[in-house]
Amino acid sequence: MSTATATTSASAESLERLRARANTLRRHVIDMLAIAESGHPGGSLSAAEVVTALYFGGFLRHDPRRPDWPDRDRFILSKGHGVPIQYAALAEAGYFPVAELRTLRQVDSRLQGHPVAGTAPGIEASTGSLGQGLSIGLGMAMAAALDGADRRIFVLLGDGECQEGQVWEAALSGGHQRPDNLVAIIDYNKFQLDGAVEDILGLSPLAEKWRAMTWAVREIDGHDMSEVVDGLTWAVDHDGPACLVAHTVKGHGVSFMAGDNHWHGVAPSAEERARAVDELKSNGHGFRGTGEEVWP
Amino acid sequence: MSLGPLYPGLEMGRATRDAYGEALRALGEEHEDIVVLDADLAKSTRSWKFGEKFPDRFLNVGIQEANMVGMAGGLASSGKVPFISSFACFVILKGFDQLRMAVAYPGANVKISGSHGGVSVGEDGVSQQSVEDVALACALPGMVVCVPSDERLTLAAVRAAYRHQGPVYIRTGRAPAPLVYEREPEDFGFGRALRIREGDAVTVIANGMLVGAALVAHERLAAEGVAIRVLDMHTVKPVDIEEIQSAARETGAIVTAEEHLYSGALGAAVAQAVSRTHPVPMEYVSLGDTYAESGTAQDLLVKYGLTADAIVEAVRRVLARREAAAAAL
Repeated sequence: MSTATATTSASAESLERLRARANTLRRHVIDMLAIAESGHPGGSLSAAEVVTALYFGGFLRHDPRRPDWPDRDRFILSKGHGVPIQYAALAEAGYFPVAELRTLRQVDSRLQGHPVAGTAPGIEASTGSLGQGLSIGLGMAMAAALDGADRRIFVLLGDGECQEGQVWEAALSGGHQRPDNLVAIIDYNKFQLDGAVEDILGLSPLAEKWRAMTWAVREIDGHDMSEVVDGLTWAVDHDGPACLVAHTVKGHGVSFMAGDNHWHGVAPSAEERARAVDELKSNGHGFRGTGEEVWP
Repeated sequence: MSLGPLYPGLEMGRATRDAYGEALRALGEEHEDIVVLDADLAKSTRSWKFGEKFPDRFLNVGIQEANMVGMAGGLASSGKVPFISSFACFVILKGFDQLRMAVAYPGANVKISGSHGGVSVGEDGVSQQSVEDVALACALPGMVVCVPSDERLTLAAVRAAYRHQGPVYIRTGRAPAPLVYEREPEDFGFGRALRIREGDAVTVIANGMLVGAALVAHERLAAEGVAIRVLDMHTVKPVDIEEIQSAARETGAIVTAEEHLYSGALGAAVAQAVSRTHPVPMEYVSLGDTYAESGTAQDLLVKYGLTADAIVEAVRRVLARREAAAAAL
């Protein structure tokens, strides 16, 4: 059995500190995308609270010094285009130097444009072809059950991603196999590349669809850290497959990006970067983690 | 109906899928890390033989090939050795993006068994006859692709798949196959062709059901004084370049034979090796660029030119080309 004592990074930070963490991760996202001159800010920012809570809220029992520790919990970012927020979290957790975030998307970097297992430490699955992460999570959950281990598997999916048939194969499969250690989280930011989800291929009522697959479902405000922490606590304690539908806003945290789908896959310019970082500095959350000395 | 009439002089064995199920069950006794998944074809792929013995390590995921492949990736990354089975056309074609992302790209230690390869599936028709799977599997970086010829070679291949660290695809067949080997070959290894007949006129490089056909062709041509070498190229990727080079240099002409489309599989792999080492005339026995139809396995193999007769004709064609080329010098 794995134990939560294995790592200090499994200890839970206070809500206030988590909010400052999320603010820091958002700042890293803006800086690294601006330097890379490409990437997906909208879906990275919408997932900031969920990713922060997983890594720093005590839910993911992991050890940045031992990324291959067999009994670590697993986090799969199935919506792989949001990987900048995960890289920011991994760096702040100590998997690699924060300065390495500057290499995002460049040749010879470990920080690939979408997650690649075996490159950056802490990345558990190769994703970016949407729809696949939950199946991989089911396999990890099955392996944990066979080992008699209590490893938790968290999978973060996009809402647009839920248009993929494989997601519903996995949802059906999870509802049937009923693993105790699998949590699906939907970053329900209501937009996909070409526009509004409800216009292109509506998912509503999304929570009802997961309930119909016999998953236990809770809907939360994905930007309210208190609700995120409570939701994850419920999901982890729940017997059987649990799904958190996190209502979010694409681009949340940067006023000119929030809710504007232009920012699905466009990096901020130098000027936009400066405006965004200024905003994050002055929004009252403060920063917790590496400061701006890493950013040229 | 037995395919025996197509393979005079050879004893008929069981289908390679039968050997797959048996080998899996035996391996399960030795290795607790083996987990077997099937997508509701366990009775046909024979993976039920493992499931019956080790129900805790067997999961019928239902009719969900994509989900099954993804799960295998997750199992492998957690230290298990998943063997996943379905019909070749379903696991490779429906699971292809998942094979790319969850298996090939991370180099996951997943073993894939595609049964019902080729047109010898028979009466069920084209939707069940996998004729593109080898080309697709070969396209995936790092994937070992193996098409065993008989039940004994299949046993060796399944064991080798467990020993190999990384993804392996084994294609098996539905129909009982002629016995090529008297016993399980001791020197089996992926990427090492087995030279099963010596000869210096032409080399026939075959895999799967066409190896038996090549043995029949060998006898027929020997009676005419033409000695063909026969290679069982059970591994299409990595192909045995050294053995191909020797064949080209020592016999001066090559015929490939496989139960698959012309493009992208054994013929292509051999041609690439030949062109890079010792260019010689080549002919190809394959399904060509078409789909087959419903019919008995025997009728289909005959109609679509996947027999000893077809190999004999190809040998004559390639000999004629070589002679014409020599005469032109």
